[in-house]
Formats: sequence, structure tokens, C-alpha cells
Amino acid sequence: MELFDNLALGFQVALSWQNLFYCLFGVLLGTLIGVLPGIGPIATIAMLLPVTFTLPPVSALIMLAGIYYGAQYGGSTTAILVNIPGEAASVVTTLDGYQMARRGRAGAALGIAAIGSFFAGCVATLLIALFAPPLADLALKFGPAEYFSLMVLGLVAATVLAHGSLIKAIAMVVLGLLLGLVGTDVNSGVSRFNFGIPELSDGIGFVTVAMGMFGIAEIVANLEHREKREVFTAKVGRLLPTRKDFKDASGAIVRGTLLGSALGILPGGGALLASFAAYTVEKKVARDASQFGKGDIRGVAGPESANNAGAQTSFIPLLTLGIPSNAVMALMIGAMMIQGIAPGPQVMTEKPDLFWGMIVSMWVGNLMLVVLNLPLIGMWIKLLTVPYRFLFPAILLFCCIGVYSINNSSFDVMLMTLFAVLGYVCVKLECEPAPLILGFILGPMMEENLRRAMLLSRGDPMTFLQKPISAGLLAMSVFLLIIVVAPAVRKKREEAFQE
Amino acid sequence: MKIKNARDFWSGLMFLAFGVGFVVVARTYSMGTAVRMGPAYFPTVLGMVLAVLGAVILFKSFSGERAAVPPLALRPLFLVLLAILLFGLLLKPLGLVFSTFVLTIVGAYAGHEFRWREVLILAAVLAAFAVLVFNYALQLPFGVWPAALG
Repeated sequence: MELFDNLALGFQVALSWQNLFYCLFGVLLGTLIGVLPGIGPIATIAMLLPVTFTLPPVSALIMLAGIYYGAQYGGSTTAILVNIPGEAASVVTTLDGYQMARRGRAGAALGIAAIGSFFAGCVATLLIALFAPPLADLALKFGPAEYFSLMVLGLVAATVLAHGSLIKAIAMVVLGLLLGLVGTDVNSGVSRFNFGIPELSDGIGFVTVAMGMFGIAEIVANLEHREKREVFTAKVGRLLPTRKDFKDASGAIVRGTLLGSALGILPGGGALLASFAAYTVEKKVARDASQFGKGDIRGVAGPESANNAGAQTSFIPLLTLGIPSNAVMALMIGAMMIQGIAPGPQVMTEKPDLFWGMIVSMWVGNLMLVVLNLPLIGMWIKLLTVPYRFLFPAILLFCCIGVYSINNSSFDVMLMTLFAVLGYVCVKLECEPAPLILGFILGPMMEENLRRAMLLSRGDPMTFLQKPISAGLLAMSVFLLIIVVAPAVRKKREEAFQE
Repeated sequence: MKIKNARDFWSGLMFLAFGVGFVVVARTYSMGTAVRMGPAYFPTVLGMVLAVLGAVILFKSFSGERAAVPPLALRPLFLVLLAILLFGLLLKPLGLVFSTFVLTIVGAYAGHEFRWREVLILAAVLAAFAVLVFNYALQLPFGVWPAALG
């Protein structure tokens, strides 16, 4: 079996002392920043990006991946104990996790979150190993038309799944695409939309956009309210869930894992979306849904499994197609470029040790997380007692250093303030920033593929419909839009996001 | 006509302005043809789409549910941005330690509680951490002290 050979190669790479060390470092750091509210994997990976240059490629990617899925573990701890999401993807965990903690069952909630995440991590790793090779084969057949249509599908998916008004989400995507075009046009060499500022000729760094719109804007939004935090430090209770808990939660874990894995693959998907969807599904399938929001263990198990599965399978489009499905994956592309690796379907055949080493390391990392985190929980709790007035200047500093260190550019730090204003205004106007970021990442790639496709077809736009894969992807996009606009689904969607 | 949904009104206006802005600036570049798209082609199309979307959102804000824009917290916004701008300006000439102090002090002033002693200790801890981690451990090329001194 080729799969076993591949996995054997992966274990060989992932279990080397050096890679074990970087994996451990990554997941611990990931958990740490996951626990701390206000600093997420984007800021952390951005800060570490320049450093990875000195590491071997495999170790660098193993560490960065560890930060991302480690953050999913850490985020749940904060959600359960403090009722604020340590990480965006654990927003829904606050609903039932915190209620469990208030009832003195914090330990069981933490335990089930970790166990669910571990199960999800194992399944997702296996899924990547199974599905990535055929997908990469398929991707090798992709021409510019197919890539363009795939990105359309990704952007449509991102808008459909965004909160609030659909038309605003589409507008945010388009704005993102436009902002992504700032800088030198590769084909003509013309520097576009730079307003005479030389620093803008290289384009706007997307870390600058992401940190401004998410990081800084969120700090400002948090400072509006006085903090009120109640940490359940004293009575975490026993961590191992009871047999009844396992019986209740096992279905939720399996459903969350499957749903999360599927949504993670979608461009625009990933951990955040997966956790929301899983919570909605759990409420729908539960025979007795009255306990949701009051401390139902399924409301913790489902989303927590889903966000970890989604975090991992979101590596599939990156590793097979070279397309980032969210901001973290865009940073991973950056990390690969620093190492001189062009992301895309050829990575698997040209650098099998890198590909399989990274996949196996995810499983190893998940094992480390579940073994280490439960005993370390006391330490994470201590961290949570640090008040926000100490935390936010630190976050501010890390955001600034992260943005600065990408290009050693003070200009980027100042540019970040513009995006902070934009992000803050968008929050107030109820326009979600996530679709904008995805559009921003995909903008230049989309233009490039559109141009190439049109050149190949001699200016005939029908090429997108004549190629079967491209037509199929576009049909899926239209289908997605139709079901959202259809009144019945629209109402359901609103209900789903009410929570 | 009265504005019912102020959130939609302002966001529609914002999208409309961005869309028109991109189209107008793109006019200075060459359009090309559908076969060989010039640098203006894609942005012009997208800018028009954005302007239309903005106009639709704007138009819809005159009917439907009432919604006001929640008040902006200008004080923290201004102070946080000021802290970042100062950090960006001071990092190269004054080095990591001083700019961290400035960032922490101005930034912390945006919070609800501000005690000099606490903030100074925090700034010192952060500066030490930043120098140790970013300068020594991660070897990022920061000047630690003012460039003139060193």
C-alpha cells in the first residue's frame, strides 16, 4: 500500500528529535496564545515568519501548523472558564462550556473538549492522508479557468457563510479583491493605486490588513466596555468526564468531526465556520434540545471537535491546490515561499518528506496536546487571571512587532492604523471583516488566472463554462447563492446565526 | 425620504465611495481588451460591481427596519492608533526599548484604569521581553537603543 509507505516516511520525518521539538514548541505556543484572548494564531505566526527562514523547511512548517491547531485547544479553555473566546473559533464553546463551569463541571467540559479535539485531529489527519493525493492529481489537470472558478466558489462560500447581510458580505469580498490589487501589476509592470507612495508598489501586506482589521480593531472594541471577568479557578473538578458524559457526547464528537472536516476543506472555511455549524447541527439533531445554552455537554463536544478538524483539513486546499482558504493558510504560503517552495500540487511529488512529515506531525502534535494540556491546565488558568489592562498593551506590542518584522518597515506599522479604522467602522456597521480578508488574499491570484484563461480562450468568456471542472465549480457557486437567497433557507440561516 | 437603517446607509455609502474611487483611479491605467487585459480591466469591473452593490445597500436603507449606528468609542480608538503611529515612527530612530515604553504608556492610557506605577512596570517587563525574545532569541534586526548612541 502506497499510503502506508507514505505514512512511514512521514513518521520517520516527524519523529526526528528536531522535528519533535519544533512540534512541541509550536503546540505549546499555540495553546498559550489560544488561551490568551486577543492574540491569535495570525499575529503569532506573523511574528515568527521571519525566524522560520533559519530553520529547515519541514521543521518550520511543522511548528507553524502546531501553532494553528494548538490555538484551537487553548481557545476552548478560556471559553469554558472565563466565558470569552480565547480564539475566534471557540465563540460557541462559551455558550455551553461556561454554563457547565458555572455548574461546577468545568473539568468535564475541558476534558471532553480535549478528547473531542484529539479524536477530530486523528480523523482529520487520516482524511488528509487519504484525500490529498487524489486531489493533488486532479489539481495537476487544473488550468487557469479551473483555478478562477474554484476561487469564485471559495469566495461565494465565504459570503454565504458569513454572518449578517449577504449583500454586505459580497461587497466586503469585492472590496477585499480590490485592495488586494494595490501594487505592481505583474503583467504590465504598472504600479496601481499607490498614490505615489513607493512602499505601496509591493502591495499591501496582508498581515497588515489582518492585524489592523482583527487585532487592533478588536482591542478598541474591547476597550469600550469595562471588563468583567469571572474565572473559575478554584473548582475545575475532575478532568475525566463520566461514562454518561461520554455516552452523551460521543455522537456529537463524531458529527462535529465529520462536519468540521468537510467545512475545513472549503475555501473560506476553516475552524471558525466549522464550530458554528456544528453547534447548529447539534441543536437540530438533539432529541431534547432544552439544555442547550444551559450547559449541555454536546454543545461543547460538537463545536470543539469541529473546529479542530476544520483547522486541520483547511491544510488540504493549501497543500494540494496552493490556494489558502483563510488568513492563517495565507501565512503558511508565505512561510513556504520564504523557504523557496512554491505551494501547489507538485509539492507532494517533489517534496514527499515535507508533505508527509507535516501531516504525521499533526497527529503527533494532537497527541502531545491531549497528553500535556490536561496536566498543564492549572498553568493556563493562572494566565487567565491576568487582567485585560495588562494584556492589551502586550497584544498591541506584538501586533506592531509582527507587522514590522515582515518587511522591517515602519510604513507597514502605520498603514495598519488605517485598516484598524476600517475594521472598527465595519464592526459598527455590521460588515464582517473575514470575507474581505479572503478576497484580499485571493485578489491577485484571481486576476492572474482570469487573464490567462481569457488569453488562452482568445477572449471568449464561455471557456469557463465549456471546461467541465470549471463549469461544475461555477454551478456549485450559483447553487449556493440560490439556496441562500431562497426565502425558506434565508430564514433558517438567520435563525442559525442568532445564537 | 428618511433614512431608516443608518448602518446600511453608511455602509452603502462607504462601498459606493470605494467602488467609484477605484474606477476613477483605474482610468489612469490602460484598459486593454478582453483577450489581453490591461492593468485597469479587472479593477474597473470590480469597482463598478462594488459601486452597484453599495448603491443597492444605500437604496435599501430607506426602507425596512430601523437600526442606528452604535456610538463610536473615539477616545480608545484615537489613543490606540496614536500609540501605534508613535511606535512606527520611533522604532528606527530610538530603538526597541524606548518605543516599547511609548507604545505601552500611550496605549495603556486608552484603558479604563491607568496607574503610573503599574504601567511603568508593565512597560519595563514588555521591553525586556521584547529585547530578549525578538532581539536575542529570534535574531530580528531591531535596534535596541537609540541609533545615535550606538
